Amino acid sequence: MEILIASAVGILTAAGIYLILRKRTFPVILGTAFISYAVNVFLFASGRLAVNQPPVLQKGVELYSDPLPQALVLTAIVIAFGMTAVVVMIGVGAYLSSQDDHIDDLDEVPPGAAVAPKEEGAGS
Amino acid sequence: MSLFLIVALPFIGALLPGLMYQAGRQACAMATFLVTLTAFIGLMTHLPAVLAGEVVQARVDWIPSLGLNANFFIDGLGFFFAALILGIGLLIITYGRFYLSREDNMGEFFTYLLLFQGAMVGIVLSDNILMLLIFWELTSLSSFLLIGYWKHLEEGRQGARMALTVTGMGGLALIGGMVLLGNIAGSYDLTVILENREVIQESPMYLPALILILLGCFTKSAQFPFHFWLPHAMAAPTPVSAYLHSATMVKAGIFLMARVWPVMSGTEAWFYLVTGAGLITMVIAAIIALFKSDLKGLLAFSTVSHLGLITMLLGTGTAYGALVAVFHILNHATFKAALFMSAGIVDHEAKTRDITRLGGLRSLMPITFVIATIAALSMAGIPLFNGFISKEMMLKETTKTVLFDMPMLVPVLATIGALFSAAYSFRFIGHTFLGPVRDDYPAKPHDPGVGMWGPPALLCVLVVGIGVAPFLAEPLVFLVTEAVLGNAAELPDEHLKIWHGVNAALYMSIIAVAGGLILLAAFNPMARSWAAAGPPAAKGIFDAIINAFVSVATVITARLHDGALTRYAAIFGVTVVALGVHAYFTGSTTAPTRDMLPMQPVAIVAWLLLLIATCMLLVYHNQRYLALVLTSVVGLVIAMGFAYLSAPDLALTQISVEVVTAILLLLALNFLPRETPIESSALRRTRDGVIAGAAGLAAAGLIYSMLIRDAVGVPISEYHLANSKPGGGGTNVVNVILVDFRGFDTFGEIIVLGIAAVIIYALTETLLSSNVRARLLNRPMGNKAGDAHPLMMVVMTRVMMPIVLMVGVYIFLRGHNEPGGGFISGLVVAIALVVQYMASGFDWAEKRQRYPYHGIIGAGVLIAGLTGIGAFFFDTEFLASSFGYFTIPPFEEFELATALGFDLGVFLCVVGAVLLSLESFSRLGRRSGEQSSEYAMDIDPSREPESEEKGG
Repeated sequence: MEILIASAVGILTAAGIYLILRKRTFPVILGTAFISYAVNVFLFASGRLAVNQPPVLQKGVELYSDPLPQALVLTAIVIAFGMTAVVVMIGVGAYLSSQDDHIDDLDEVPPGAAVAPKEEGAGS
Repeated sequence: MSLFLIVALPFIGALLPGLMYQAGRQACAMATFLVTLTAFIGLMTHLPAVLAGEVVQARVDWIPSLGLNANFFIDGLGFFFAALILGIGLLIITYGRFYLSREDNMGEFFTYLLLFQGAMVGIVLSDNILMLLIFWELTSLSSFLLIGYWKHLEEGRQGARMALTVTGMGGLALIGGMVLLGNIAGSYDLTVILENREVIQESPMYLPALILILLGCFTKSAQFPFHFWLPHAMAAPTPVSAYLHSATMVKAGIFLMARVWPVMSGTEAWFYLVTGAGLITMVIAAIIALFKSDLKGLLAFSTVSHLGLITMLLGTGTAYGALVAVFHILNHATFKAALFMSAGIVDHEAKTRDITRLGGLRSLMPITFVIATIAALSMAGIPLFNGFISKEMMLKETTKTVLFDMPMLVPVLATIGALFSAAYSFRFIGHTFLGPVRDDYPAKPHDPGVGMWGPPALLCVLVVGIGVAPFLAEPLVFLVTEAVLGNAAELPDEHLKIWHGVNAALYMSIIAVAGGLILLAAFNPMARSWAAAGPPAAKGIFDAIINAFVSVATVITARLHDGALTRYAAIFGVTVVALGVHAYFTGSTTAPTRDMLPMQPVAIVAWLLLLIATCMLLVYHNQRYLALVLTSVVGLVIAMGFAYLSAPDLALTQISVEVVTAILLLLALNFLPRETPIESSALRRTRDGVIAGAAGLAAAGLIYSMLIRDAVGVPISEYHLANSKPGGGGTNVVNVILVDFRGFDTFGEIIVLGIAAVIIYALTETLLSSNVRARLLNRPMGNKAGDAHPLMMVVMTRVMMPIVLMVGVYIFLRGHNEPGGGFISGLVVAIALVVQYMASGFDWAEKRQRYPYHGIIGAGVLIAGLTGIGAFFFDTEFLASSFGYFTIPPFEEFELATALGFDLGVFLCVVGAVLLSLESFSRLGRRSGEQSSEYAMDIDPSREPESEEKGG
């Protein structure tokens, strides 16, 4: 079972990173979603895996899975939604304003344009 | 007064000038003065104890595990410096009140000044060296603000930057040195460190610690070769120069050398480094000072020279040297502050401080002339002024100091330094005040009001008083010297007196004064040759070095940080993987300790599903709708995984978030292109694939090696499991953690969620008020559904609505004991409401929405917060929950917990945040001219035919 979880996290991470390396906003947003999946599963699994041991107290039951990572991941999932929503809004806004959904604005910032001003003007 | 309060007063008081700014300049200065006066009086309350030889301490253990404690102590040395800082501070504040013009923002000035004052007092009273380092950095920062106070002056800005660069780098070195010192001594408390002379001097780390500490001291006290920043700092307003650059901040390095004197001095390394640097600084700076035509520049280099003198004395490592150093610190502070203030008066009244444009001010500014002359003669070392006595004693000490086996070296160099010192002092008097009255001053010079000449005059009284009756200062000087010496040496059997008899020091003194007069007489030809063949300006060298750094940084930045997100992501991914691989191959691991869970067929099927969906996504991600569907498949598999692996709460959350996210992305795709064009080359795709594959492998390896081992320590979850029912009153431990154990986290998280939703709302508003609105209206519409709001769907969602709400309430109520709770029910209810928007249209739904969603978010945060505050009424901590069991017949016994109120806040916040985000997107859609019927159903058989046509 552990190997399935580990490989699943690996697949999700790889997919997320591949998508983040794309050049348009939408794949990058999906990529962050995949990274979120991977991270959430990773955090959840740090409590170690257990089957049929939900952390809901019952009389006569001694074994429970670790509740703390679950609580942390629960809020992480909801926060990830909030984050995705903000990023999507920024992406949509950028596209609507410029009719362009490239993630790298390299045309406007040629390499080396950020050269520091010369010494005398540097104080301003 | 508590030592804490003395240190804290200037910091607290720093708020006042800013607040009093509207009340006028007088009020501003008055507030600053009173704050400083209070601290000064508070300091004086410790005078009896200090005189009795006691060490007053105030201790608060702050982070004991790091050795970081807020400890302060006051002994003779600390008292002396604190009194100098606060006492001269009082004079400077008075002077500054009249020096600053109406255009200067006085509130800002005095705020900076008080910050600086607090930091300085902190340095001299700190017992803990880590605290001392913090205050040390604070003086660098506050002096940066003060030097650059006149922001319109380019020299001011550049001088401030140079000072910050040099003293900041010295501060970094000092941190290293002090931490080394603390580690050697086994404590970060100065009082403990000072007891460990043998341990420290025998340690192999003594030399590195010494060098690093001296770097900090030398940069701060402007010792060669770091002396160049101080003259450039003279672009500051004169009160700042008088305060920071003569009396206080530049003495911080001297103070620290004196503070660590008992444990660091006396070794060969200390002697050569400190005496050598001091001697070179003293001579070089004195020579440069003579040829400066800027009054403040002259004084700046003379300060550097005198600091060199004190450093040299501390370097000798003898008790007599320390005694003279302490005495000269006092004398120098008095005459140099007075000189700076006089220079400031000349600048203020004559509107220039260029010596070549001055001269003959004696009759025009008689009061200033007297003050400046007294102070300058003291600096020159003329009898009956205090500078004479300490200079005599210094010269006497040099005759006993042998450097490099040459007995004459130190005395000769010291005499040369004293000679130039006399020369520039005479020049200060002669070329500014004496000579014929000129008629080309930029302004007509006259004496200022008493507010400006009073403070330096007071200092001159001290100059003459100590000069004539040195025995008056003797108790203080001895007290401070004793504190400097610590247990390392005995106080020398000497007394401070004017006449030491005819000895070598007297001859050297006579040579210096006579030589000084001769140099001044031959000044003009010498100045010409100096100008022709002077040493290179340090500023040019400094700027060249800084520029070199800037160009290197620019090249690196342009390569790594060129504005392309993909590039950062690739660099980041590769770096993390490389570091992980490095850690894996250099670290050690333990043997696996856990048994594997068996692989059930259902788990394998789910895994295959996830694998296929992800692979398909990678292939088909260009088709965005398909990509969205595949993403949702992955999300659902993960939800299944949570359910399978004993996390029902997570499964419920994941499913509902998945629904909401899908709706959100669908709305977004409405405005974005439906396909991603293929732009990357095959090579680029391969590169990305390799990076992604490596990262995936690394992540999988990491988690796998974690999963096959047990946790290193006992998980704290044991506590949560054991106390969930008795302490939190619930059996669903995950929910109890969220609303009780870690309620504060949750509280922060719902606020973050609310903020995210408000950001989205704000972005929407901004977009709609820009040219985007017009663009949206003219957007080409794609194929539209013939029936946007089909009857079947409308009817069905309306029937479902109460059922879904019921489920939401149920999940909410049972959350404390069974899987569920505020987050999940919030998502469920949000989905129920969103479905109404989708089925019946935005207009129809909006009309029926009574409360704005921001309000719901706010109410949620408020309710959660109030529930937390309510805990105070039960005498418990914020968010600690209370609960009880109640019975209302005929129902069964049930439980009521305050955590339910908190969960209600969570619920409202989630509902509000989700709906506000989704609503914002649909607002964009509506503005884009999408048809939105005022009726819920496009085709409604029950409607009158006329209205149907209108609405269609």
